[in-house]
Amino acid sequence: MSNTPAAPKAGQPNSLHMIATLGGVSFLSGFLIFFAVQATEAGIKQNKLEQLRGAVFEVLPGAASSQAFAVEDKGFRPVEVDDSTPGMKKVYAGYDESGKLVGVAIEAAAQGYSDVIRGIYGYDPAAKRVTGFMVLQSSETPGLGDRIGNDPEFLANFFSSDTSKDTISLELNADGGSLAHNVEFAKNGEKSDPWQVEGISGATISSKAVVRMLNNSAQEAVPLIQAHLDQLQKGTS
Amino acid sequence: MAQGNPATTMDEFMKGLWRENPVFVMLIGMCPTMAVSNTVINSLAMGACAIFVLVMSSAVVSLIRKLVPKEVRIATFIVVIATLVTIVDYVMQYISLPLYQALGVFIPLIVVNCIILARAEVFASRNNVWLSSVDALGMGVGFTFALLCLGTVREIIGKGAILGIPLFGPNFEPWSVMVLPPGGFFTLGSWLLFFNWLRERRARKLKKAE
Repeated sequence: MSNTPAAPKAGQPNSLHMIATLGGVSFLSGFLIFFAVQATEAGIKQNKLEQLRGAVFEVLPGAASSQAFAVEDKGFRPVEVDDSTPGMKKVYAGYDESGKLVGVAIEAAAQGYSDVIRGIYGYDPAAKRVTGFMVLQSSETPGLGDRIGNDPEFLANFFSSDTSKDTISLELNADGGSLAHNVEFAKNGEKSDPWQVEGISGATISSKAVVRMLNNSAQEAVPLIQAHLDQLQKGTS
Repeated sequence: MAQGNPATTMDEFMKGLWRENPVFVMLIGMCPTMAVSNTVINSLAMGACAIFVLVMSSAVVSLIRKLVPKEVRIATFIVVIATLVTIVDYVMQYISLPLYQALGVFIPLIVVNCIILARAEVFASRNNVWLSSVDALGMGVGFTFALLCLGTVREIIGKGAILGIPLFGPNFEPWSVMVLPPGGFFTLGSWLLFFNWLRERRARKLKKAE
């Protein structure tokens, strides 16, 4: 670097000094990050919970209160919303003002175009239909894939209030063990059956991910919900 | 350490904003510039994060510049910058989860934003804390200004809205390519053309005046 010939001793780098500097800086850095995590952890958890709570009411129109249930082999067990036992699957039952069950919100996930898309959808056990869908987390391409979360035409597949079209049907087959029809993907404008989701042209991969997410989750959750509907009614805990 | 006379201080600040604007003149920090400047709110949030990290890291680097052996200076600067970015990452999740999800991977990538390391190496490691902070603030504001220039154009054309508020009514068909990466290049190119034209015009005028 320097053009003048350095003095032999003074110019030699001192390894100890270097190690001490880097070590010291890293130590301080670790310390600071520890404090940042400590200070924000509770708030971040709260934010995520609030997002989820908002989403439950979003996908269950008409719900005034909700209750989380853990999914177990024998059915459903009421749990706290913020219960985060590892491996536990949760659904959220929504009730109207009078305490009547209006629907169940179910979290689901599927591989999208760039990463896993996490979403939540509402299911009305009486009408056997989807009552809403919302993206919780996605890193789909802005302007294309991320339209699964905000394209009004696509969301009309799931929300019935703002369109004359019916929402996706989730009927069970005769023995109640699985869906009568798989949730299927249909190209924009080519939907012919009530169990088809009309995709977004230009966001086919992301639309199909939503279809897969719905189908996989509903195949499992819907038979369970129909079989143990009594456990989800208010005040059965 | 003198606080520097006001003229120099102002000059250091304005340098980053205009004469040596990191994006429009030095053309550094292009990755985050292209990636997050698709809407105004993303531009603002990225700008705010970058300003914070820039000013703090420049101040810290300037403060420790005499203690750090020059052989490990870059490594030390990176640790300082990475620490600040990690803190920003957590604070951002704390403040607004939706905004954090929108900026996604670009927050951690502030670590490798050239502008920040460049200011640490070129300026903060050679100047006092006050001047380094002013320089960093100028560069940060300049970066934010550039992001906003791009973000405004891209959001208006690509989404027909500004700050999420629709501008043109339901019949406007948004030109989606503008919010995608190609739109970033188009917009940046147009702005560069405009700013260079301005600069040349001014230079011609100066020449005439002489």
